[in-house]
Amino acid sequence: MTLLAANAFAGIGHMLSHPFLRYAFLAGTGIAIASGLVGYFIVLRQQVFTGDALSHVAFTGALAALAAGINLRIGLYGACILFALLIAALGNRGSGDDTTIGIVFAWILGLGAFFLTIYTTSRSGTTGGTTGINVLFGSIFGLSRATAQTSAVLTIFIAVAVICLARPLLFASIDENVAAARGVPVRALGFALLFLVGVTAAQATQAVGALLLLGLLAAPAGAAQRLTTRPFAAMWLSAAIALASVWAGLSIAYAAPKIPPSFAIVATTTTVYLVSILVKKYAPTLHLSTPERAPVSP
Amino acid sequence: MLGTGLTWNLRSDVHQLFEFHFMVNAFRAGTIVAVLAGAVGWYMVLRRQAFAGHTLAVVSFPGAAAAIWLGVSVNFGYFGACIAAAVVIAAIPRASSGQTYSEESAVVGTVQAFALACGVLFVSLYGGFLNSLTGLLFGTFLGISDHQVITLLVVAAVVLVALAIVARPLFFATVDSDVAQARGVPVRLLSFVFLVLLGCAAAEVSQITGALLVFALLVMPAASAQQLTARPTLGFAITIALALLITWTGLAVAYFSVYPVGFFVTTIGMACYLLSVVIGHSAAYVARRAPRGVVVA
Repeated sequence: MTLLAANAFAGIGHMLSHPFLRYAFLAGTGIAIASGLVGYFIVLRQQVFTGDALSHVAFTGALAALAAGINLRIGLYGACILFALLIAALGNRGSGDDTTIGIVFAWILGLGAFFLTIYTTSRSGTTGGTTGINVLFGSIFGLSRATAQTSAVLTIFIAVAVICLARPLLFASIDENVAAARGVPVRALGFALLFLVGVTAAQATQAVGALLLLGLLAAPAGAAQRLTTRPFAAMWLSAAIALASVWAGLSIAYAAPKIPPSFAIVATTTTVYLVSILVKKYAPTLHLSTPERAPVSP
Repeated sequence: MLGTGLTWNLRSDVHQLFEFHFMVNAFRAGTIVAVLAGAVGWYMVLRRQAFAGHTLAVVSFPGAAAAIWLGVSVNFGYFGACIAAAVVIAAIPRASSGQTYSEESAVVGTVQAFALACGVLFVSLYGGFLNSLTGLLFGTFLGISDHQVITLLVVAAVVLVALAIVARPLFFATVDSDVAQARGVPVRLLSFVFLVLLGCAAAEVSQITGALLVFALLVMPAASAQQLTARPTLGFAITIALALLITWTGLAVAYFSVYPVGFFVTTIGMACYLLSVVIGHSAAYVARRAPRGVVVA
């Protein structure tokens, strides 16, 4: 037993002796916590479609910056934050039935294909294609030390901001009209949340890639919502699930080099969600601690 | 590949366009796909299932990637994955009105992310085919075989016939699902059937526009038409006409340029939508003004 434990620790020690894995864990930890916290509110407010749209905008922003010959991150943050604020300014919550948002992001993605071609044809060889694919599907094992540190600092900022805003945001999300009547700045909170989602999307794009962003935003939060109806518990649980999934995903990808880290991470969050559905369905006794559903509907 | 390039002589341009057999096939496939996308997309926009539609659309990517990895026909991958995803999404209980939290969007988002992640895995297992990967994602109209055109035609015919059979009850269930249910219309079954049809349509369209841009052809013509008219039959006709216009123009422009066909399809679609918003709003403005003038006079 001790031998096994020693081996496991030795394995983890060996894994962390690689700098690229240390950077991946550093960046991944921050991104997981930020996505888990932000994702909880996104799912609660039914704004998952906004996250979907942002992930596509992130791709175009990054490729536009590359095609223009400037730093990829400028385009990434610029596009994500601008689009997030645009959705907030349109004054709607960007839920799944929103055709206008769908049209705009479909077009923006088409633009992304255009920039990808410009970038690919302006380079010789396959570097352009590889970069485009990295933006779409992530390259967490390829992060530099500086990128990982910046990412960690930024995600701490996001997490602190979400925790500070959590109470009023929860009120505004559950009953917008009553919150507004009680003097909660509902509109400003909507802006703040979408701004934070934009920054998170730009961050997460570097780790899991633009297209898999929803796996970190929606799945941990959905599972947490399944497992408990207590709001703050669900928020922390969502962050914890995201964190555990990223750690597990990175370890799996390290152990099995054929498996891309992005897939391992998203597959873990999906599995957790599936398990949460099964737990809720077949083991309701586990939910004795859950209080009765609060009467939120009028 | 190009003969002499684009000239001002329209006749010679059109002649150039159809000079090669692959381009004729591209137009045949484009026409089939546009009619199908328009018809199914019209219902999708009316039913406000943009997110579900987008998810079904991107699912075709892992399907095709898996088929290539396993070495089976790509058609199996496209249709298998899209129909499977449609079944999963249909199994989610829809939000009833008045409920503040619904799980639907979280599940749809998770299905989408997981499907794309599987796509990444299959590509990685297959081991690097970057050029065709871009083709899978952003569309290519090169190398559509006669056999493929016939497959597209058969599937499109089946989907359109099925859609025609459920058209009336589906419209009823979409416009007022509670009343339809009370009148004995099988609302849940229809919703399931529609998602499967949407999945088939997405699988077809993605073979032209690429997995990431299917959504454009599904949503843009339909949304434009619904800006222009509220009448179902007319709107349906406008949707299909716009879808054809967008696809044909997109293919023709893409033939003469180096940029991907998906970019032109989305941009022309966006232009159609913006134009129809302007027309719709000015028509509404005129309609608002006219009766008042009559009353005052």
